[in-house]
Amino acid sequence: MSPLLEFDNVTLSFGGLVAVDRLSFTVENGEVFAIVGPNGAGKSTAFNLISRFYDPVEGKIRLAGDDLVQHPSHDLAGLGVARTFQNIELFDQATVLENLLIGRHRFRKSNLLTEIAFTPFVRDQERQHRHAVEEVIDFLDLQPYREKRIAGLPYGVRKVVELGRALATKPRLLLLDEPASGLSVEETRDMAYWIEDIKKQMGITVLMVEHDMHLVSSVSDRVLAMADGHKLALGTPDEVQSHPAVLEAYLGAGDTADREAAE
Amino acid sequence: MRVVFKTSYDHDIGMFRHRAQATWYVLLLTGVLALPLLLGSFLIGEMTNMLIWAIAGMGLMILVGQTGQASLGHAAFLAIGAYANVILQQRAGLPFLVSFPLAGLIAGAAGVLLAIPTTRLHGIYLAIATLAVSILVEDFIVIAEPLTGGVGGMFAADITIFGYAINRYINPDAFYWLTLAVTLLVVYFYRNLLRSPLGRAFAAVRDSEISAQAMGVNVPRTKALAFGLSTGITGLAGALMGHYSGVITHENFTVIISIQMLLMIVIGGLGTIHGAFFGAMVVVFLPQALSFLRDWVSGMTGGGSVAISGLETAVFAMILIAFILFEPMGIYGRWLKIRTYFELFPFYRKNMFRRQKSYLKTERMR
Amino acid sequence: MDILQLLVSGLANGCIYGLIALGFVLIYKATEAINFAQGDMMMLGAFITLGLTNTGYMDLPFWIAVPLAIALMGVFGYLLDLIVIRRMFGEAQIAVVILTIALGFVMRFAAGTIFGHEPQSLETPYAGQDLRFGGVVLGVDEAVVVIATVALTVVLFLFFNRTKLGVAMQASSQNQLAAYYMGIPVRRVQSLIWGLAGVTATIAGVLYASKGSIDPSAGLLGIKAFAAAVIGGMGSLPGALLGGIIVGVIEPFASRYVAAGYSQIAPYLLLFLVLVFRPHGILAQVHRKKV
Repeated sequence: MSPLLEFDNVTLSFGGLVAVDRLSFTVENGEVFAIVGPNGAGKSTAFNLISRFYDPVEGKIRLAGDDLVQHPSHDLAGLGVARTFQNIELFDQATVLENLLIGRHRFRKSNLLTEIAFTPFVRDQERQHRHAVEEVIDFLDLQPYREKRIAGLPYGVRKVVELGRALATKPRLLLLDEPASGLSVEETRDMAYWIEDIKKQMGITVLMVEHDMHLVSSVSDRVLAMADGHKLALGTPDEVQSHPAVLEAYLGAGDTADREAAE
Repeated sequence: MRVVFKTSYDHDIGMFRHRAQATWYVLLLTGVLALPLLLGSFLIGEMTNMLIWAIAGMGLMILVGQTGQASLGHAAFLAIGAYANVILQQRAGLPFLVSFPLAGLIAGAAGVLLAIPTTRLHGIYLAIATLAVSILVEDFIVIAEPLTGGVGGMFAADITIFGYAINRYINPDAFYWLTLAVTLLVVYFYRNLLRSPLGRAFAAVRDSEISAQAMGVNVPRTKALAFGLSTGITGLAGALMGHYSGVITHENFTVIISIQMLLMIVIGGLGTIHGAFFGAMVVVFLPQALSFLRDWVSGMTGGGSVAISGLETAVFAMILIAFILFEPMGIYGRWLKIRTYFELFPFYRKNMFRRQKSYLKTERMR
Repeated sequence: MDILQLLVSGLANGCIYGLIALGFVLIYKATEAINFAQGDMMMLGAFITLGLTNTGYMDLPFWIAVPLAIALMGVFGYLLDLIVIRRMFGEAQIAVVILTIALGFVMRFAAGTIFGHEPQSLETPYAGQDLRFGGVVLGVDEAVVVIATVALTVVLFLFFNRTKLGVAMQASSQNQLAAYYMGIPVRRVQSLIWGLAGVTATIAGVLYASKGSIDPSAGLLGIKAFAAAVIGGMGSLPGALLGGIIVGVIEPFASRYVAAGYSQIAPYLLLFLVLVFRPHGILAQVHRKKV
């Protein structure tokens, strides 16, 4: 059986700058896979390649054996890939409920005409969407914010709403771009529990980019360390953290404190 | 602020938030239906005019308020609707009941056609592209004389529905009810759109194209649909406008009208159906109010009535400036605040409505 | 010879479009806002000059009236930003567009109320004189337009590259936050740019009114000038001038070689094509949003 996600020798460059350099790795069904590395290592670029915001110059990206390059960006949700964004990209003028409902867009069976007439079929479909969304709301404890507009919500809550919106699409593969950045210690702990539950209860494969090594080592099964667009090391969190190339990349390129100060 | 206890999903899906709200709207509907019994033919004419502008405003609102695509060219689609309706009646001999929906379809198709090359444009660039279209259509009307009658314009015949003739001057009440029926239909469609997936996809495109894409929304297609719906509804308003004014020329559809339409829905309140109606009221009734005020002032001072040309536009513009600076949510936003104030009296807090950035997000690409 | 004559007359018009477009670009670069009232500021500048110099109004000498009007409009632009536009800081671009459209309406009303709605021409010392080069006739007014445009371009170039204020303006238009940290008073600089836009608008207005006549709705020319700015690329000052000249030249050629009605259409058709095929103008580059 083919792996859920496969990067096969993928290269992407912007002009002369190589952002991702012959990168190969696979993500297996049911695991939590983390990508770590200093800023500019190409982690987010790898995500954007999966989301089809960029075309790889070389190499193949496959989802369960299916070549992703054939699909436009808006097909990805339908293929079972959902994602969050580093700087939160929610629909600010809509409520939490509406944001989560947009996550259900891939299940839309109605069309313009049936919707403006609001046929019984559309009403029934709406009931199903709302039922599915309420489950996500319960799972993430979002009840107090259901009717609130995103624009007035605190950062930590938005981060959770974005996770919820991704879950509402019922994905096979969930991409989390820095799920803990900007969160407090407690919020990060909640996030860790949710990631565990997403994997164990929902059986969703998680691929994440994260700086917080504590979170990474507590939830992930395997870790890929990147620097300058290529693979440094791949293995369990402990293996990667003690890998000489990783240590050198982190210490050699200035220590962690410097890097965080620069963010 | 009323607390609504929800017991089923239908509560959220339903048209109205609670029974009292439904009651109010039924009362309002009864009121507007009975209006011809209360008002004279002049005021009913003005009400009809207001409804026509409200339809046009709702059309533009779908695009600007719901989908976040600014258009400074909607007069072009008023024109397409108006001319298509009249041409289909005169040249093809079609009855109103066929030519009217066809006019909307043609204007909608024109909108989709325009959307195909322009969906890549954002914010101000889209606005200027639509502005160019408005000017081009206006000039095209003049040039395409064999089709459109050139600068002389075209006469719109009376509306005939199953042998019953409707003319604004002869039976204004019938014209009013016809317009009202179209208005209600558009409101119903608009409201349904807001509570279904496509309406949410519009909001998604408005607020973040990139994550709309990630949620499986086909952004160019959704924009094209929004354009089509928007221009189609505006085209219907244009067709009614043709019958309302009797003669249509290129001067009814200048770029200034395009601009004014956008200003109208901003004054009313972007992103809401109510906003389209409030905006239309300002556009139609402001000149009446001003002339009334002028007569009253000259009556007080005993002097003759002095006409100040351009005063209406200037007052309109000043109201708009005040709203943009102090109440970006428009008249509807102000109304919500006043209502909440009374509902909560005396517990209203000044910061209850946080000032939010306005609906139009345009800095997608810099 | 025919072509040359068309080119020359188009060039003079194009310079005026270019000067108005310059105002759009100045403000756009500095504040990311579009000043849709730029055409109306041009009209206002022309009327102020007219009010100062025409017989029947204040009857001042032309060469005193012009600098005075320029100074007045500079102050007007500065105050406009200080009192109104500055409140829109951080709001959506299109909100500023709508606001400035409304401001333009008010300016038009003010000018119409004071000066009337009939077209009037500005009395200049050089009115009605011609220059002849072989078969090509060039009005002195047209020559003045071209010379003034070139002169203003040189002055602006020197201003932005040689003076401290000009460099500060450039810096704050490129990166407001960084400029702020470097101790540049960004807000005041923005008001000054609005003042500068008022100055260029007045120069354009004087040139326009001396070539033909001016009436309060002349501000609608701003739409065409905005088209020129977009054709040239909103981010570039030379682009604005180039766009203006392209629009100015294309008009007489369209009406000469296609049909009379097409001189109106040609600029907007070009604008539409530029937007569809080169969305950010001829002389500008595109940045994609980063996530």
